[in-house]
Amino acid sequence: MIASIGLEVHVQLRTNTKMFCGCPNRYGGEPNTHVCPVCLGYPGALPVINAEAVRLTVMTGLLLGCRINLKNKFDRKNYFYPDQAKNYQISQYDQPLCEGGQLEIQLKDRTKIIRITRIHLEEDVAKNTHFGDGSGIDFNRAGTPLMEIVTEPDMDNEDEAFAFLTALKQILAYADISDCNLEQGNIRCDINTSVRPTRESPLGTKVEIKNMNTFRGAHRALAHEIQRQIREVQRGRAIPQETRRWDDDAGVSSSMRTKEYAHDYRYFPEPDLLPVELTQTQVDTWAALLPERPPERRERMVRDYGIPDYDAGVLAADRAIADYFEKAARLSGKGKAVSNWMMSEMMRLLTATGQEIGAVKITPEALAALVALVEAKTINQPAAKEVFAVLFEQGGDPQQIVQDRGLVQVSDTGAIQGLVDQVLRENERSVQDYRSGKEAALQFLVGQVMRISKGKANPQLARELLLKAIGS
Amino acid sequence: MAELTQLTLHETLDALARGTCSSEDVTRAYLDRIAAVDDRIGAFLHLDRDQALADARAADARRKAGQGGRLLGVPLAMKDVLNVKGHPCTCGSQILKGYVAPYDATAVARLRAEGAVIMGRLNMDEFAMGSSNENSSYHPVRNPYDLGRVPGGSSGGSAAAVAADEITASLGSDTGGSIRQPASFCGVVGVKPSYGRVSRYGLTAFASSLDQIGPFTKEVADAALLTEVMSGGDPLDSTSVPGPAPELLATMKQGIRGFRIGLPKEYFQGGMDAATEALVRAAVKQLEALGAEPVEISLPHTEYAIATYYIIATAEASANLARFDGVRYGNRIAGVDPIDMYEKTRSAGFGNEVKRRIILGTYVLSSGYYDAYYKKAQKVRALIRRDFDEAFKTCQAIVTPATPSAAFGFGEKTGDPLQMYLSDIFTVTTNLAGICGMSVPCGFAGGTLPVGLQILGPAFREDNMFRVAHAYEQATAWRGKRPPLAVDAGRTGA
Ligand SMILES: [Zn+2]
Repeated sequence: MIASIGLEVHVQLRTNTKMFCGCPNRYGGEPNTHVCPVCLGYPGALPVINAEAVRLTVMTGLLLGCRINLKNKFDRKNYFYPDQAKNYQISQYDQPLCEGGQLEIQLKDRTKIIRITRIHLEEDVAKNTHFGDGSGIDFNRAGTPLMEIVTEPDMDNEDEAFAFLTALKQILAYADISDCNLEQGNIRCDINTSVRPTRESPLGTKVEIKNMNTFRGAHRALAHEIQRQIREVQRGRAIPQETRRWDDDAGVSSSMRTKEYAHDYRYFPEPDLLPVELTQTQVDTWAALLPERPPERRERMVRDYGIPDYDAGVLAADRAIADYFEKAARLSGKGKAVSNWMMSEMMRLLTATGQEIGAVKITPEALAALVALVEAKTINQPAAKEVFAVLFEQGGDPQQIVQDRGLVQVSDTGAIQGLVDQVLRENERSVQDYRSGKEAALQFLVGQVMRISKGKANPQLARELLLKAIGS
Repeated sequence: MAELTQLTLHETLDALARGTCSSEDVTRAYLDRIAAVDDRIGAFLHLDRDQALADARAADARRKAGQGGRLLGVPLAMKDVLNVKGHPCTCGSQILKGYVAPYDATAVARLRAEGAVIMGRLNMDEFAMGSSNENSSYHPVRNPYDLGRVPGGSSGGSAAAVAADEITASLGSDTGGSIRQPASFCGVVGVKPSYGRVSRYGLTAFASSLDQIGPFTKEVADAALLTEVMSGGDPLDSTSVPGPAPELLATMKQGIRGFRIGLPKEYFQGGMDAATEALVRAAVKQLEALGAEPVEISLPHTEYAIATYYIIATAEASANLARFDGVRYGNRIAGVDPIDMYEKTRSAGFGNEVKRRIILGTYVLSSGYYDAYYKKAQKVRALIRRDFDEAFKTCQAIVTPATPSAAFGFGEKTGDPLQMYLSDIFTVTTNLAGICGMSVPCGFAGGTLPVGLQILGPAFREDNMFRVAHAYEQATAWRGKRPPLAVDAGRTGA
């Protein structure tokens, strides 16, 4: 059996104000404080289109290679629900802002193209909270600009869906289209899944799972749903067209409504808004301002800095990290060395401390200076690691830290010869081991020199002098 | 000098400017007049006497401080569909009982900015759905010329209040004739500006693509002034047309010599009663005498107008009225779950005509019926618009009766909604086409019941319309006529 998965991804746009009114588009706040007659659906209040939301949606369309519909319009989607101030949602039905397009996703062994059907703009709904004795509605979220990206059913399994969501999030964050904060519900998706015997068979009946808030949850829900459908089909049962709800804690899904109870949304053109008319010149202006997309940046960083493709992929995945890397690499002129620091210590410490790259104390300038100190052999690698840790924790000037901590590497032959002589005297056993063919003994002796030099000896030089003394 | 309550808006402004009376005097005079006659008329749904007087005194202080304002100190009353901050706004419905508007409609804010004193809420057909005011959920409005007859609708309270000298001017809204038809029935001037001319922000929507706010006044010049003040682009209404207000007071006196006046042949094919037709034909003669040239025009899609109108208007209304659910404001009747609450609240809160139209509108938008009804209606609407575009190539204004007959009696048409809908036959096309239209008094059927002459202008050519209306008004004696009621009850010794 083969699964076919299509996604409807809802993305809250990063704008100053809401989609159709002047209220701040801001997460949180005391309930019902970012509200006005428009987003509360008061009698007589009228919507006005947020031009910035239109621009961000067009930018997304351009990033995903969509056709931009210069003429598009808004429609009313009618249904009653307490999270809807007007009991209709202003959305785009048959003339969305963007159509067509695609996104390349990275799988373990290959890449795959997922086709985008359309992207349209609508307004988010309010947030319902249920208490023991009743319900509350917070309209702060109501009217937040919401972009819906609809894909073709091109994904075969949960891993591909996960890869799609990850790639999409990356590109949206890159272009500052959304804050992409999943905890704040910036990205939510509905999943359509069906199964069929072979790739040649027609698509099976689709089941929709609503309102997934995390990518991991979507992954788990899909894995479960695909297995459920396959089991049903193998038992000879038909899959009813339905909408299901996923309980991520329990790891089970349950039916919300079947086709007979499907809404008739009675879409019709929103008479309070004029059709949107963009000009090609306007779209071209926006296109010129598009950021470089992650795949292209990855390729360019390999070319420009001579770093491995894998490293470039990791660094390019996050725009802020890529920006940081490029700045340090340009300052230092040693892209590979900078990349090594980023891939190892920086990533490790970011993960360990939960910090964002934008907030770290070590500046790109300091990292470049640290690389220069290592290149000039002023400090050795263990010392550099120590300096990096200090910089990460406190910031400051690497040169100064090296001075303060007395980390300057000892590269004076006379001084190191003394240490070598001492180590040879104290470790005759190891000298014999080496002479009898145990290569590892040499490394132990180098380590001993480093130890009594308190890490400052130039390990290269120590090794040379040791070899001279005990070698052939 | 005449009673303060008999003055036109311009006359009131003159009196205030000369200092022969204060805004407080005028406001008090209207409050007294309302107290004296409104139990018979039923035009007002709400009146805050103290607030009105306080606002009037504030206007007087403004004048004393040397501050201006084109409407400084003049009391005006609002149809109950317009949001005025701090005032109730029930739209004539039980479902909005208790709702107090938290903001000013743009049109109201513009009147206030010019110093108007906003007092009172005027009765109307519930959610502006009706042609007789019999659909008010509170009480019917009576026609000041004949208390046994309707004042028209849906802005019946706005028309009757002006006719009965309860206010010098008022605002109403017109979706398919809701200003012009009651203006005609009550013998006052009523204007529906072009769609997009006056911001709809703050006008509780019935049918968004058809609604317009407009004034009721005792003379054409007053309507021109109020239209000027309210007009002009509004960033809060995307469908309002950007740009400044038109100059109507300055242009309306230019006369109509050489104007071609279109007479749509489809409107004169036996759809109106004899008295109305005679008065309208006499008005055309009068226009001819003023130098205009009547020309026959054709509006071939007229016969589809009522059906088209009721499909589009109800479709939009079905969505516009969905927000009245008891969740955020207005009346709520508790239920076991949200859907149950909606059903109980809406069942109890809406009257029959509103329910009928919500159901009709829901039906025409339903999956499987959309193309046959709503989509087709949109196509016919485009044809009706084109009819007017073509017609206005050969004339500067169009003249028709505002209504097929003078005011009818209570209960005459309530049994048959279709008969009621047909009383909008001469007015709905204006809204479908987005052009401007107005009704000016043109005589009395049987010598007692007012009849209105409807004058239509091309979209955003209110100036043409006002030139015809003003020339006609100045040449005839209908201005200043008042119902017997006003004479009986109005004099208090002056
Ligand atoms: Zn708002």
